[in-house]
This record gives sequence, structure tokens and C-alpha cells, in this order.
Amino acid sequence: MYELTNLTKTYETKRGTVSALNNVSLSIPTGQMVAIQGPTGGGKSTLLQMLGALERPTSGSVVLSDNLLSEMPDARLADIRARTIGFVFQGFNLIPPLTAQENVETALAPLGLSRAERTRRATEALDTVGLSERLTHHPAELSGGQQQRVAIARALVKEPSVLLADEPTGNLDEQTRDEIMDLLEGLWRDQGLTLIIVTHDSAVAKRAERRLQLKHGSVSEKK
Amino acid sequence: MFGTYLYRELSNRRKQTTIIAAGMALAIALVMIVSGVAAGVRDAQASVLASIYGVGTDITVTQEPVQPVEGEQGQQQPRFQFGADEGATADGTTELSQSRLTSGAGSTTFDADALTTAAGLDNVAVATATLTLNNVSFTGEIPTRDATADQGTATGTAPGERQAAPGGPDGAGGSAFSVETFTVTGIDVAGESVGPLTSVELVDGRAFEAGDADGNVVILDSGYAATSSLSVGDALEVGGEEFEIIGTVTSTSSEATTASNTYIPLDTAQRVSGLDGQISTVYVQAASSTEIAAVQASLQGALPDASVKTQEDLASSVSGSLATASDLVGKLGTWLSVIVLAAAFLISVLLTTSGVARRTREFGTLKAIGWSNGAVVRQVAGESLVQGAIGGVIGVVVGLLGILAINLVAPVLSASAATTAAVGPGAGGGPGGGRFGDAATTATATTDIALQIPITLGIIGIAVGLAILGGLIAGAFGGWRAAKLRPAEALRSVA
Repeated sequence: MYELTNLTKTYETKRGTVSALNNVSLSIPTGQMVAIQGPTGGGKSTLLQMLGALERPTSGSVVLSDNLLSEMPDARLADIRARTIGFVFQGFNLIPPLTAQENVETALAPLGLSRAERTRRATEALDTVGLSERLTHHPAELSGGQQQRVAIARALVKEPSVLLADEPTGNLDEQTRDEIMDLLEGLWRDQGLTLIIVTHDSAVAKRAERRLQLKHGSVSEKK
Repeated sequence: MFGTYLYRELSNRRKQTTIIAAGMALAIALVMIVSGVAAGVRDAQASVLASIYGVGTDITVTQEPVQPVEGEQGQQQPRFQFGADEGATADGTTELSQSRLTSGAGSTTFDADALTTAAGLDNVAVATATLTLNNVSFTGEIPTRDATADQGTATGTAPGERQAAPGGPDGAGGSAFSVETFTVTGIDVAGESVGPLTSVELVDGRAFEAGDADGNVVILDSGYAATSSLSVGDALEVGGEEFEIIGTVTSTSSEATTASNTYIPLDTAQRVSGLDGQISTVYVQAASSTEIAAVQASLQGALPDASVKTQEDLASSVSGSLATASDLVGKLGTWLSVIVLAAAFLISVLLTTSGVARRTREFGTLKAIGWSNGAVVRQVAGESLVQGAIGGVIGVVVGLLGILAINLVAPVLSASAATTAAVGPGAGGGPGGGRFGDAATTATATTDIALQIPITLGIIGIAVGLAILGGLIAGAFGGWRAAKLRPAEALRSVA
């Protein structure tokens, strides 16, 4: 699924050049559940952004299913994100004025579906995550766990082949964390997704079938 | 999704939407009212000018008075001379009466060939000429001269010695004189489509016909006829000749008077006044409004000694509170509108771009889940456009209410327009009561006009257009800001 070759990402700051990723080479096969761990500032989120075509590398390449993401124009990358990649964020990143159902529908807007089809699929996705009775609730009316479920529904409603989760349980209590991880794990098994989770939580990372350690911009396998 | 998201977002940010809409509404309403007042003032000025120069007149040609060369006599004032045996005598009193028709000091006549020249120029649709005159009537009563001489012999006074003579209007040998003036305009009886009589309507009797050429027929201004107790069928002495009153007219503008007290055929006016082949004004209508400047230039070239003025030039001759209102609207009103509009646009732009900044994480998330740059920009632009449209609708309603309020109040403005005609109604002399000498001054036609603001689709269209423009400008700035957002940077930002 993913082939990363000599991937490097540096940022220019007032204090000089910061190296977030340093010659990372990595293969992630289709359908694998991978946890990426590491200390804060180690490059985890940057790596996830490379995998999600949100950032371009300073050097090196990112290939997703024969698509060279690092060389594609922005419009093409947006299309790949719309159809192939689902995102779950630590802060949920739901749109406040929209209801739960409308938030899920935002992921379907780029696909050019009819309104009826969007509504049907959004309702189904929220049902899958156990929120069929919260369709018309706004984010402010939902608990943290419920908001994250809405975010997961939004990520999966377009039936992506990849789900990228950046600290999906970072803002949740232990019980809710376990519920969300049960949900993600279940969806991974049922839908054959490639699931990549960035986390600093070992309890989350242990659930993955493969664990990577990212430290000072370099990746290593964790046994 | 676009509509739902737009509606939800504007509902969520009511304060911002209200501020932007309110600013836009105020600006739009002000632009509408100022534009409307400007249009109303222009209409009022045109009405004043039309009452003098007629409807359809684009250009007038006159001749400026020329100072006589040293040794030459200037324009002659009417002079009344009576022979020793003239007048009607009864009971020791001799009544004298004479009337003269003259062009009056301050106005200049010129050769009627100018009309032929004007009519023959390219892009001239119609041309006609008038001759504007004053009729001055002198009436007096003096004691009979014989009565004065006989009285000295009969009472024992030595021949040659003077004594108080009987006779005269007071019976004690005194005298009394009066001078009456009224304006007379000679009209080409066939020149109907341009000229002073195009802005009048018939009240009684009939209008001029082709057969009236060189005839002693006269049409009166209805106001003059009323004050002079004259009506159709009566006789009026003009320049010492008797004229039949065939009709009375009134200005089509209810507040204005017509350009003259009386109207007679042009050739009759020339004959009776002794100004054969002379005219005082040529009225020209251009073939189209776009040709007026070219026609003006052609006329000036063909008639280098003439004063050739367009309606725009004549508008500057309108004085009074109407002119003050015109200046106020043109300068202060326009600048105020521009400033308020610019402020409204600026507020809209600033609030929109700051709104985009506040929604950085939101737009970053949308881009991350697959929204294209164009979709995000369209969303921002759409929100701005709707905010502008809301402001525009409210502004149009407020503007219309403002215009209606002004029309209900209908402020009265006075207008005086300087003309090269002789004394007109309402000026210092006035019909029937002027002092001898007033008739010779440069005339002004004074009228009161109630300001009415026209409500046209054009004014509403301009308002709507400005509202949309404001929304587009704000949307462009906001959209540009949103387009610049890199998804990864946006997601790194703190909401």
C-alpha cells in the first residue's frame, strides 16, 4: 500500500532549520494495522501528514498504491484524500454549526453524490458507530467520545482504503479510549482497512499488529 | 451541502453577519437616497429650463449684447412722443396713450439667416427661432393746454401770468402717468417640436396654425390672462396694433410659469417692432443625445459671434435653493456616499478575512478530508455574497422608505434661471405693474418647485449591484486567504 523512500522533511524557523523526518524508508502493506509511537516532537504527526498527502516532503518519495503523492499537483492530492484516505484527529475537528449527520456528509461533498445518497450513507455510518440517535445533535451537544465517533464515521463514510488517526484517543478518558479503540479495531477487521495510528499511549499501540518507533525523525520497528 | 453549510455558518455567526449587513444596508440606502435626490434635482432643473426653453431643446443660440463703439449710439429705449393735437380731450383733461414693442436693453437681436445656417448643419434634427420683446404702454392724463391759457384771461390775471388751471385728472391742473409692460415672444407658428411652446398646454381657445403667419393673433399665458382679466376673444393692444386673443396656455410643470406673457407669430412680431429679419434666440434639437457636443461645436464654428449653449451650460444658470441643493448633492452627498460605501466594503472585507482566520482549523480539516481549494473558496465567497445581499435588500428597503419620506415632505425649492429674454412673469416688473425702466433689465424666470425623487429601476439596480459588488470583494479577499491555507499548517493551528 505505502512505500516511503528516503523521506526527509525539514522546516525553516526563526531559530534555524528543524528536521522533522530524516531519511525515512518504510513499507506498509495493505490491510495492516500500524501504531507509530514516539516522544513529542519526534516527527509522528509529520509522518502522518506525509502519508495523508497533507504535506510534501523536502526530499524522498511517498507512493500510495502506485500514486506518487510527493509529485502530484494539489488538485489531484485533494481528490485522493477525498476518495482513498480517511482522517481522524485528536481534537475531533468537527464543524461546530453542523449537526452530526451534516458533519459526516462533509466528507461526501467532494464525491458529487446526490443529497439523498449523502443522507443515506451518513445515516448508515453514524449507525455503524452507534450514534443513530444523535443525527441532529451539534458537536457542542455531544460528549468527547461521541464527537470522536462522529469523526470516525466521517472518516469511513467514503469507504477509504486507508484510515489515518492522529492521537484519536488523546483527549479521552480511559473507558472512552477503550471504546473508541474497540470501534476502530472492529472496523479495521470488518472492512480490511489499512489503519495507521499515531499515539503516545502504549495501551493503544499494543493493539496494533505492527509498532513503529519514531524518534528524532528516524523510524525503527518496535518489538 | 453548500447551502446547508452556508446557512448554518451565517446563523452561527449572527453578530458578524449583522454587522456586515448593517454596514452594507446603511451604505446602500445612502447611495440610493443621494442618487435619487440628484435625479430629482436634475429633473427639477430640467423642468425650470423646459418652462423657459421648451421641451426637446438641446442647444440655444443667442447673441451677447455688444458695447457700442465710441461715437455710436447704443440700443434705444422706447421713447413716447405726442403731437400737440394728439390724445382725447374732455372736461379740460387730455388722455394720451401709446405703446411700443421693442427688444429692450440687455437683449440683442441678430439676423434670421442664423436660423437657416443652424438648420442646415449636420446632425441638427430641428431648429426654430423666436424674437423676444417687451410691450411698453404709456398712458397719461394731462390738463388740456387751451384750458390753461384761457384761465389766465378770464380771471383778470394779466396775459402771460400763470394761475392754477382747471382740468387734469385731479381737476386742479395736475397730471398722472402710468407705464405697463408685458413680454411678447414671436414664435414661428410652424415650429412646434422645439421652442418655448413645447412645454405648455392649451387651457382655452386654440394654438397657432400655419394660417396665422403674419396675422394679428395672440396667445396669452394663463396666469397673465387671469391677472389682466383677459380671455379668449378679447382684444389686446400690442405695439400699437390690436390683436385678437385666440388662446391661453399654461406650463406643463404645475409650479412653473411659461416663458412669456404673450405669444404672437414671429413675422408679425418682426413687423410690428420694426425688427424685420431679426431674431433673438435659435432653438436647436440634435439628431441624438450623443451628437449634442458635435452640434454645439458646428454651430459655434458656423456662427462665431453667437453664444451657443447646451442644456448643461444653461443648467449652471439656475440659481436659488434648487442650485444650492444641486451643489450639496453633487459634492457633499456624493462624497458622503463614497466614504460610507468604502467603509462598508472595508468592514465587510476585514470581518470576512478575520472570520477565515478564526476558521483556519475548520478549513484545514475540510481540505484534509478532500475538499478542493476551489470548494473552500466558493464556500467563503458564497457566505460573503449572501451577507452582502442581505445588507443590500435591507438597504434597498430603507432607501425606498427614505425616498418615500422625502417625496411626502416634498421640500419646496426655488429656482431662478437667467435668460436673454425680456422681463418675464414673476420678475421685478411683472405684468401690468412695472416701473418704466425695469422692463429693460436682463430677465430671470423664478419658480418654486417641489422636490420629487423618481423611483427608477436604475437606482434600485445600482443599489443591488453595489451590494453584490461588496459581497464579491469581501468574498475575494476571504477566499484568497482561505486558498492560501496549507492543510497541514491549518491543522497545526490552535482553534
